[in-house]
Amino acid sequence: MTLDNDILDAIKSLFPRYPTRRAVVLPALHVVQERLGWVPPAAVVEIARLLELAPAEVQDALSFYGFFKQDRPLGRARIWVCRSLSCAARGGEDLLAHLCARLGIRPGQTTPDGRATLEVAECLGACEQAPAVLVNQTLHGNMTKEKIDALVDALE
Amino acid sequence: MPDFEPVLTANLAKPDGHRLAVYEAGGGYRALRRALAELAPKDVLEQVRTSGLRGRGGAGFPTGLKWSFLPADHPGPIYLCVNADESEPGTFVNRVLIEGDPHQVIEGTILSAYATRASTAYVYLRYEYPLALARLEAALAECRAAGYLGRNILGSAFSLDIFVHRGAAAYVCGEETGLIESIEGKRAWPRIKPPFPAVEGLFRRPTVVNNVETLACVTHIIDRGPAWFRSIGVPPDPTNPRDPGSFGPKMYGASGHVNRPGWFEAPLGAACRELIDRFAGGVWKGRRAKAVVPGGLSTGLLAESELDTPMDFAGPVRAGCLGLGTGCMIVLDETYPILEFLYNSCRFFAHESCGQCTPCREGTQWALELCQRIRAGRGRLVDLDLLAEIGDSIGIMPGTTICGLADGAAWPIKNALGKFRDELEEHIRTTNPSGFGQTEPVEAMEFAGREPRMNADERG
Repeated sequence: MTLDNDILDAIKSLFPRYPTRRAVVLPALHVVQERLGWVPPAAVVEIARLLELAPAEVQDALSFYGFFKQDRPLGRARIWVCRSLSCAARGGEDLLAHLCARLGIRPGQTTPDGRATLEVAECLGACEQAPAVLVNQTLHGNMTKEKIDALVDALE
Repeated sequence: MPDFEPVLTANLAKPDGHRLAVYEAGGGYRALRRALAELAPKDVLEQVRTSGLRGRGGAGFPTGLKWSFLPADHPGPIYLCVNADESEPGTFVNRVLIEGDPHQVIEGTILSAYATRASTAYVYLRYEYPLALARLEAALAECRAAGYLGRNILGSAFSLDIFVHRGAAAYVCGEETGLIESIEGKRAWPRIKPPFPAVEGLFRRPTVVNNVETLACVTHIIDRGPAWFRSIGVPPDPTNPRDPGSFGPKMYGASGHVNRPGWFEAPLGAACRELIDRFAGGVWKGRRAKAVVPGGLSTGLLAESELDTPMDFAGPVRAGCLGLGTGCMIVLDETYPILEFLYNSCRFFAHESCGQCTPCREGTQWALELCQRIRAGRGRLVDLDLLAEIGDSIGIMPGTTICGLADGAAWPIKNALGKFRDELEEHIRTTNPSGFGQTEPVEAMEFAGREPRMNADERG
């Protein structure tokens, strides 16, 4: 089993919120990606079994959202760099290029040591703090190359 | 701008403004207590209808009218969805409201559920807002403990629970039927309408979808009355029988090339230039503005000469934009190339098109490729005509797509070409002099061996 009992229980605890099992697909995918760092194909089959769906139904939803990863686990830090207009107008694209060079990876890739996954974000909704970066669950606003370097240095 | 008492943002500056005790000390849940004790659901609906409240999510549809489309004697369940998938580039005030004053939004949600007889509400919150998620979950827990949520709220016959449903970074989930599909556990493909959600929505039940700020407004309408709400803003245009007016306070935002990016509250109808100068410190570096996006990327562009446009639901439309949108302005200074605006916009919509409708899927992609070609110094004058053709032929308005995403993609193109064509022509003339005079046939886009449609950086 790819999903242990803790994960299964976390998913089952969401059942009372919805009148259908299928509505738990997105929350379940979030639980799995958060705990495992990715959603391996075997997990899709197990989620489907739990939700009384065909694996294709889960995979269909999953594949729509570029958010869930299936090829390998995410890095320990998932770094989203906003490139939408407000950030781009204040240097967001330069920050992204700087981070690519600093980490040696392109958007969508993970560093070989598993420290970081770099992503481009379509508007983080932090336009008043542009340019903005989201690192896991923490927003960092008014970024500069120096601040980004400090963030990268602090990665575990 | 007339004297004005901010209400939507009143709690945001208070220490611990997100906590129940602070909210209650400022009069919070007073409206809910009174409504449950004194008003029938139809009375609440009637107050919202007469207030003239229009949806703050972008389209400006009258909220009371939307609610009145629910079937009158439906046995239930009826669902209320709170649209907190604020993904329109430039827009952030829903995040500020949820982070800083979640109870205001929750009170409005409970009141709206009471008015619509909804028994369950789902807050569709975009993934990118982790602090808002934490604040909202904490506030909901406070409400359950205090008896504002759950069975028999405040001793009344009304029961409701609110659950947060977290998105997964897809813009189209902000379209109300895309949002519904996403909650149901499917890909967020917008539905063909009719049936509209009020008749057949979430789990095939009658459903209302309202924006976060709209629901916050409901709290104050019930607390202070519809006459108070109508005393703020812009009355209907007497020469236009289809204009319901723009009433109430609005939470505006300003970002981009301004001295003090941020949010602020003002009456609907304040002039764009006044808002930028008074609340955002004016254009940065002593420069002039070249253009302002009035309310999120899809609304298009106001040129500098149009900045006295009133920021109500009708103003930006008169200036040739899609509409007021979210009222979150993006200021571009006189040095910023319109081509970069156009490229950024086309890239966004090409990335976010869900792919269901061919005009949108293909149109947004080709518009991006045309921008790429012009940026690469290989632009031709005819490329501008091709872009204009795409802008005029995709979307609900020409009747070629299911949802409004393509409209949103089209307006930035239309406005950039309509208002700044000279600048774009000049760019092509200077970067590709031989191509400038070239019209047909189209070369350099042969199908065999062409570049990938989006490079890795753009795909993300």
